[in-house]
Amino acid sequence: MNWITNYVRPRINSIFSRREVPENLWTKCDECGTMLFHRELSDNLNVCTHCDHHMAITPRDRFNALFDGGIFVEVKVPEPITDPLQFKDQKKYPERMKAAQKKTTEKEAMLVAEGEIGRTPIVAAAQDFGFMGGSMGMYVGNAIIAAAERAVALKRPLVLFSAAGGARMQEGILSLMQMPRTTVAVQMLKEAGLPYIVVLTHPTTGGVTASYAMLGDVQIAEPNALICFAGPRVIEQTIREKLPEGFQRAEYLLDHGMLDRVTPRTQLRDELITIIRMLTNQPPAVKGDLPAPDETASQPATEQAEQTDKND
Amino acid sequence: MTHYLDFEKPLAEIEGKAEELRTLARKSEGMDVEAEASALDKKADQMLVDLYKSLTPWRKCQVARHPERPHCIDYINALFTEFTPLAGDRNFADDHAVMGGLARFNDQPVIVIGHEKGNDTKSRIERNFGMARPEGYRKAIRLMDMADKFGLPVVTLVDTPGAYPGKGAEERGQSEAIARSTEKCLQIGVPVISVIIGEGGSGGAVAFATANRVAMLEHSVYSVISPEGCASILWKDAEKMREAAEALRLTAQDLNKLAVCDEIIPEPLGGAHRDQAAAINAVRAALTKMLADLNGKSGSDLVKDRRQKFLDLGKQGLSA
Ligand SMILES: [Zn+2]
Repeated sequence: MNWITNYVRPRINSIFSRREVPENLWTKCDECGTMLFHRELSDNLNVCTHCDHHMAITPRDRFNALFDGGIFVEVKVPEPITDPLQFKDQKKYPERMKAAQKKTTEKEAMLVAEGEIGRTPIVAAAQDFGFMGGSMGMYVGNAIIAAAERAVALKRPLVLFSAAGGARMQEGILSLMQMPRTTVAVQMLKEAGLPYIVVLTHPTTGGVTASYAMLGDVQIAEPNALICFAGPRVIEQTIREKLPEGFQRAEYLLDHGMLDRVTPRTQLRDELITIIRMLTNQPPAVKGDLPAPDETASQPATEQAEQTDKND
Repeated sequence: MTHYLDFEKPLAEIEGKAEELRTLARKSEGMDVEAEASALDKKADQMLVDLYKSLTPWRKCQVARHPERPHCIDYINALFTEFTPLAGDRNFADDHAVMGGLARFNDQPVIVIGHEKGNDTKSRIERNFGMARPEGYRKAIRLMDMADKFGLPVVTLVDTPGAYPGKGAEERGQSEAIARSTEKCLQIGVPVISVIIGEGGSGGAVAFATANRVAMLEHSVYSVISPEGCASILWKDAEKMREAAEALRLTAQDLNKLAVCDEIIPEPLGGAHRDQAAAINAVRAALTKMLADLNGKSGSDLVKDRRQKFLDLGKQGLSA
């Protein structure tokens, strides 16, 4: 039994190496202004304990809270060619990429992992709004395709957490082409009869909403998330009128029949488990603490090694 | 009256002068201006060649948006017979920004779908400048289902600034409608052929252009965002649209190198608006060829090839 070495240590390493928060121990809620102790906030999944405002959460933090015991294995994403258009605005695209990588300590705007939630095996993908606005370029497209392929190979559902300003302009038409590419990925799941569940988080807009983020079997959104194709500012400029309160927010979409559910982040995990187990015809989940996973559920040794290397 | 684009101003002057001379000659008998006028014609022709042989990306955007450029309706009238428009999404409305229906191309029954921008103020408003609402995409989905059921190829003519950014459009699920339309394009077991005839504006274009073959007119453009939109976001200055158009690689020529565009359809000298018939005939030739390539294939092969084509995109960048 070496699951501790393979799973827990990398995680612990990652927690300590990544999240040293010595000086800034407090975060101010931008909704209600309450000062929140970091520990308290992260224990509550970055949801304000005072007003329930949902702040951004990184894919890694989300997965740590989502998967049983915080244990997951990253799914490898094929590397796209870098800067295919040699795009340059005021900055070169590779420079923007480097800055985003430094800021987030992640490689790109999407993380894909496999693991169990409530002992229910799944594949999950989460988009990182902190990485160039979560923008969908070739890497994100490849990540979703990899997630779908892995889900099909393992016969597992795919849960996808979306968060993006839209397509990545720096990849021009190739970012736009991720709309059909990711739609093919969704079709792979559909044909394999596997559930595809989308959790729309704040914000999900543009070409992302108009492709994989709207094609789930079940569409769940986090409270107050902005979900739209065209952003409110563009619409106000076009129609020259003020938009109603709460326009394009999760609850508004729910009211207009565009979503199945709006679910607070703190209840999401249980809800996903419940839904997935019903869709896949499994008995209800066992509540309460779970023992550590055994090795039979683990991955090929090479992938574990990669995972360990990455975090060391 | 010809509509001149700003970069065509010098051309407008010369052509205007030649026209003026000829009008003058018609009024005053015995006055011979032909030699002078045809010298001006020649100068204008040469200028046209020079202007159009290497249009910058921004100029191509202007040509692609030219008000006299042949639109969807012109292609449908000229290239198809027995066009029978089929209206409505069976849910909310009929979107006039999207034309669609049954028609024959070279006698073969097909489903034709396209964005129509309108040709004058009245029709532009009626067509919402070619910006579709969810109903437009849902009408297209319905027609694609019909095509699939009866084994008819689908031809789409793409010409849109983008999907309409309006309140009702959002409330009725613009994103979902676009996503489902793209999904439908990928599902149907019949040939899907798309021609970008003017502007391929973002998701609103993808919803129709997820095809087995995507052809583009020589001066048409296809982009993730308009140059103006890109400039205002990345340059924080909408006036930097020239730079943005350059950076976005939105021309048929660049998209052909990236394998997004399978075929470039040549335009007459001075752009499709200078000789609509020539442009329409070039599209006819391209459509005939593309349809012949796909007609014999099985439904499952068509679906498989279409998916693979999109999965493979991005493997080649622009080799400098
Ligand atoms: Zn708060």
